[in-house]
Amino acid sequence: MIQAQPNREMYGKTLVELGERDSRVVVLDADVAKSTNTYRFRDRFPDRFFDVGSTEMNMVCMAAGLATTGLIPFASTFVIFASLRAAEAVRTSIAYPRLNVKIVATNAGVEICGDGVTHQGVEDLAVMRTIPNLVVLAPSDPVMTRKAVLAIAEYQGPVYMRLGRQTAPVLYDEKADFTIGKMIRVREGEDVTLIACGNMVEASLVAAEELAREGIQARVLDCHTVKPLDREEILRAAEQTRAIVTAEDHSIVGGLGAAVCEVVAESCPTIVRRVGLRDLFASSGREPGRLLAHFQMDSREIARQAREALSTALAAPGVRQAGRRS
Amino acid sequence: MKKTFDPKFLEETARELRVEILRMIANAGSGHPGGSLSAIDLVTYLYFYRLRIDPSQPDWDGRDRFVLSKGHCAPAMYAALAKRGYFPADWLETLRDVGSRLQGHPDMRKTPGVDMTTGSLGQGFACAAGIALGGKLQNKEYRVYVMLGDGELQEGIVWETAMSAAQYQLDNLIAMVDNNRCQTDGFTAEIVNVEPLDEKWRAFGWHVQRIDGHDFRQIHEAIEAAQQRDKRPHVVIADTVKGKGVPSMENRPEWHGLPPTPQQAEAFIAELLGEVRP
Repeated sequence: MIQAQPNREMYGKTLVELGERDSRVVVLDADVAKSTNTYRFRDRFPDRFFDVGSTEMNMVCMAAGLATTGLIPFASTFVIFASLRAAEAVRTSIAYPRLNVKIVATNAGVEICGDGVTHQGVEDLAVMRTIPNLVVLAPSDPVMTRKAVLAIAEYQGPVYMRLGRQTAPVLYDEKADFTIGKMIRVREGEDVTLIACGNMVEASLVAAEELAREGIQARVLDCHTVKPLDREEILRAAEQTRAIVTAEDHSIVGGLGAAVCEVVAESCPTIVRRVGLRDLFASSGREPGRLLAHFQMDSREIARQAREALSTALAAPGVRQAGRRS
Repeated sequence: MKKTFDPKFLEETARELRVEILRMIANAGSGHPGGSLSAIDLVTYLYFYRLRIDPSQPDWDGRDRFVLSKGHCAPAMYAALAKRGYFPADWLETLRDVGSRLQGHPDMRKTPGVDMTTGSLGQGFACAAGIALGGKLQNKEYRVYVMLGDGELQEGIVWETAMSAAQYQLDNLIAMVDNNRCQTDGFTAEIVNVEPLDEKWRAFGWHVQRIDGHDFRQIHEAIEAAQQRDKRPHVVIADTVKGKGVPSMENRPEWHGLPPTPQQAEAFIAELLGEVRP
């Protein structure tokens, strides 16, 4: 039975599981194997593990080369380095030639706390989703993380996955379905829809409880795949509920919230409020709950935005009616 | 393609490929002639003597790999691939055009015989190291040849990879530096000096050789010596001349990324073939 644990820890354990069943799996890391948990694979399969030291661009390109030889490389470092320092290499040497590399980046978002801004990766979803051919994932809990790691190993093509540093609660039964590109409806509701990824799925569920106590029924969608985005499920939310709130441990610029806005603006105009880091640099913190609350990225903020979005939608019903598909 | 080393044949082949390079770039209206001409003797040696490849099976698992990390010199590679029969020669006329299989920089998904997509300086070198590592892990016999430019050596990733390749004892990796001493903005030594190259590479743990990159006997001896599997990656620093073969273009940085006009190209070809003096 899977226990609450950091998703990065489940990643490391699942890598070992993969390594047992498929000798083509090789793992690279850039001197953060303890944090990313790839050390678990290193200890079990030292001959298939390569710590390239602090050379992230080099790591990404070496993974590309390895993939051309039929191996299945997983390359791990922190989100900030995978998505910004090595971004061009991901784009040009992996995504453009569609090589079968899995970049699994840990320590996503503001929640990492103590290390502060230099290590808070909050731009990766924005950067990675602009790159063609790339699948972009942000699973929420250990059960889905394990399923996602197994799924991307099967999937033929380049993948970027972000994982958080802090302990993640178990949200799903182990029999729950994970399909790349298909959101999970975690909670039913007809008033407002909360669309979240990663650690913000749990925060959204807490917010939904808070709203329920006020008589507001919130639907909660776990958008573990930021690309390709599940447009159908977003449009169902736009049609069946009055407003949408997105939540991500990421900048509100360019990430999940922006992606949802693009879909509804084109096909079903709906009020969308984005919860995330508000286009500023965060800071260190000692405790993730307090830090996320400080930057208005917690369940209370999600609930507040949901209330505001609903009242805005009710005050301007024309917006929604104009966009409604009959 | 000859089984015995025949420098006369290679010189003749390289001359033909130089003509193709000039025509191709002039026809495309953009491209990088200077470095293509400095690299072509090394490229000719690889494709017409050294590489264990089979043009009828571009993806043959056991083939030697060639990664053109200085991807802007794609015309040199395309000329060689066409002559080896990887694709029809008339593809060369489509270089850089919409819908062409021959992109401005090498694209492994579009062009048969291209082992790695390159063009962003330094990345191809790191990818080549990955290919070499994959070969070692799977006990493959193939060698990985990778060509860099001297300007490219200014990229930090090159030295990241140089360290990694030595760490992983990639003695199946053979790097060649097309050291033509010019880059886009001028002479490399005046922009940001990369010398002393021998000492740099040696300090990074590589087996280093330095040769005249237009002398087929020296190329042959160096690449032959680089076949040894002694747990060190190999680098051949090939001193070359930008624009080699066309006196009017030689050693002039401005021909890095400037296409000749079709008229200029024909005049340059006449120089190349010794029909006129510049």
